[in-house]
This record gives sequence, C-alpha cells and structure tokens, in this order.
Amino acid sequence: MDKLNIPTKNRNKAESVAYALDNSDERNQEVNSKARLIASIAVVLPLIIALYHYLPHIIDAFAFDLLKLNPESHLGAAVNFFFYDTIKIVILLFIISSLMGVVNAYFPVDRLRIYLTTKKMYGLEYFFASFFGAVTPFCSCSSIPLFIGFVKGGIPLGVTFAYLITSPLVNEVAVAMFLGLFGVKATVIYAGTGILMGMLGGFVLGKLKLDKYLSDWVREIQDNAIQEQEEWDAEKLSFLDRLPSIIKEGWDIVRKVLLYVIIGIAIGAAMHGYVPENFFTEFLSADKWYAVPLAVILAVPMYANAAGIVPVIQVFVAKGVPLGTAIAFMMAVVGLSLPEATLLKKVMKWKLIGIFFGIITLFIIILGYLFNLVL
Amino acid sequence: MEIKVLGTGCSKCKSLEKATQEAVALAGVEATITKVEDIVEIMNFGVMTTPALVIDGEIVVKGKVPSVNEIVKLLSK
Repeated sequence: MDKLNIPTKNRNKAESVAYALDNSDERNQEVNSKARLIASIAVVLPLIIALYHYLPHIIDAFAFDLLKLNPESHLGAAVNFFFYDTIKIVILLFIISSLMGVVNAYFPVDRLRIYLTTKKMYGLEYFFASFFGAVTPFCSCSSIPLFIGFVKGGIPLGVTFAYLITSPLVNEVAVAMFLGLFGVKATVIYAGTGILMGMLGGFVLGKLKLDKYLSDWVREIQDNAIQEQEEWDAEKLSFLDRLPSIIKEGWDIVRKVLLYVIIGIAIGAAMHGYVPENFFTEFLSADKWYAVPLAVILAVPMYANAAGIVPVIQVFVAKGVPLGTAIAFMMAVVGLSLPEATLLKKVMKWKLIGIFFGIITLFIIILGYLFNLVL
Repeated sequence: MEIKVLGTGCSKCKSLEKATQEAVALAGVEATITKVEDIVEIMNFGVMTTPALVIDGEIVVKGKVPSVNEIVKLLSK
C-alpha cells in the first residue's frame, strides 16, 4: 500500500508498451474484441430502450392475445400487472446499476476516503459521504469494514454516520423500484430526502461527541488513526476496457435481487386484489395524527430489502395511505433493522446503537409529517 | 503461493472462495487458500470493501467477485 507510486507506474507502463509491441497478435485480438463490444452495445442498447418503450403493448398482446386472458377479469389484470412491472423494473435496475457502476469505477470508496481525510471541505464532507452512500451498491456485509476503514483514516464519526445512514436507504434497487412503481417525482423526493437525512443525521450525531461509545477495539484504531496522504492510485484502464466488468456487475446485481423483485411484485399483485381497503386506512390514513409514528415504529425492527418492500407500499398508497406515511414506513424498514443493529454491535456499544436508531427514527417521523404536508 | 480470501461470510465472499479454488485447480499452481472471517484481521489488510483476495500478502481484488479466468490471470502473474 505504501509503495512509491510514480516509479512503479512508469515501469508498468514501459513494461506494458514493450509487451504490446511483442504481441501484435494479441493486440489485434484486443482491437477485435473492442469492436465487438461497441457493436454489441450499439445493437443491444437501442433494443432495450425499444423494449421498454413498447412494453405495455407487448405485455398486453402476451396476456390477452396469447394467453387469452380477459382484460376485464381479475386474473387478467393481475398477470398483466405482474409481467409488466417485473420486466420494467429489471430493465431499470440493470441500467441504473450499470450507471452507478461507472461512477464507482471512477470514484471508488477508497478514493472517497482519501478525499475526506485530506481535503478541507467546510461541511461539504457530509454531503459527499451521504451522496456516495447512495451511489455505492449496498451490501450489508461491507458496511462494517467501511465503517472501520473510515475511522482508521481519521474521518470524523459524524461523517462516517452520514455514509452509514444513506447506504442502505438509497441504493440502485430502491431507486429502480421507485422509478418503476411510483414515477420520477416520488423517486427524486425519496433519493433527495434520503441523502439529506444522511447529511443531517450524520451532522447531529457528530455534534453529540459519541466516540466514547464505540467498541474498545475501534477506539484503539481511532486513536492510532493516520491521515493518509497517499494519492489514489488510479487503475489506468480505458473506459472501454472497464465496460465489460461494469456491465457484468450491473447484471450480477439484477440476478441477485431478481427473486426478491418477483416475490415483492407478486405479493403486491396479490394484496391489490385481496386485502380490504379499510385494513390500512383504519390506522394509517391522513387524518390520524399518530399514523406516521405508528408506521415508523412498527417498521424499525422489520427488515426487507427495497425490492420486497416497494411493491407493498405501492399497495398501501393505492389503498389510500398517504405517500408520506408510506415513504416513512419504507425508510424505516430498509434503513433501520434488528439485523443491522446486531452487525453494528461489533463496532459500537448498545448505547450508541440506541442513540443512532433513536435519532434516525425521529428524523424519519418528522420527514413523514413533512411529506404529508407538502405532497 | 499463499492465498487469502477476506470476507465476513456473505454470499459474495463464498462465491469468491469457490472461484479461487477453481482457479487454483485450473492454473495448476501450488497454493494454500485460507478464508479470513475475523473482522479485526480483515481490517489489518486495509480493505474497506469485501470480499477481497490477497495473494502472497498483496491485495489483488477488493469489493467484487472476479471470474475464474481473471483469477487464473492474477495467479500466473
């Protein structure tokens, strides 16, 4: 890690130039595979866009002409809804994951850490931490190493929390599901307030001076934190060389959550037909003052990933629950959960987890009321 | 050759371990593969994104699962 960068880089370059000259065959092959890559993107991308555009017609033809279902019937509508939403969301998820993959290829979290530790940012660091929490693919198993990595680099606890809050809350899956089921406006509101809440939550938690409630071994790391001056050692790969692995990773994300998307949409489709309207509106309608806190407090211990929960809250909204209450519910489900608390236990004491969860719960409740006022 | 797979036990970490075993078999190299699951030990390598692959003390992959072929390439370096 602490090797001298410049000489190594130059040497690598010299070696690779010599290598390339020696292997003109291999270089031809490389040019060929690049041409193939460009050609296949030029074919596949318009196809995907066309598919997305004509999807309603295609699914109508499939459900009503091919399967001969009655569009008026319950089953016909449910089958149509299920296939349309699933395919639409898979397309959106694939495109969004790939776009986020591009951001991550050029601005990985190691680089963010160096930025956060070496540059004076006058408060903007909360924005950066929160924003990158949103664009990095979320994996709960990565959040602890990240946490330690930030602490080790001497990044203040509040900034670390900003990242930790947004990371599960706003991610490629949540954005794709929101875009597919609620449209652009709700997506922007969700992602925007998610990032804003990461910033504010991180800032407030930072001001509370909670470092003493970190686990002892983490405190030790913090005391020995070193300001890394090392520049980020960028991989010298062209965009085209990176593209295959970016696309592959985007597709991996789709494959991994596909099952949850299908289950979520299936539950949503089933609930549309069979759960009576007053079941939700009894407790969660707009005129009940306690609707927001009730929804949020119920949701905190629960965990579901965004793929599973968005179709369900879409049903809530369709049955008359205000969008703000529904979004608050969703934020509490994906952002805070018992499994996450047990993970965090490795790096912080229960008291800190309690304060962290308490403050974020409060924020989500306030946001829920605000949404209901504004939307 | 000494290979370490760093990961706290998520599904990605398991698939990296499996891919590494396949790659070692394919490349026909003499190597010991150990899985490092202890978070404190993982942090000593300075990685922030798991899973990660360490070959002879050097971090060669972090935060993703490369294909078997890519690992073979890394092994033959």
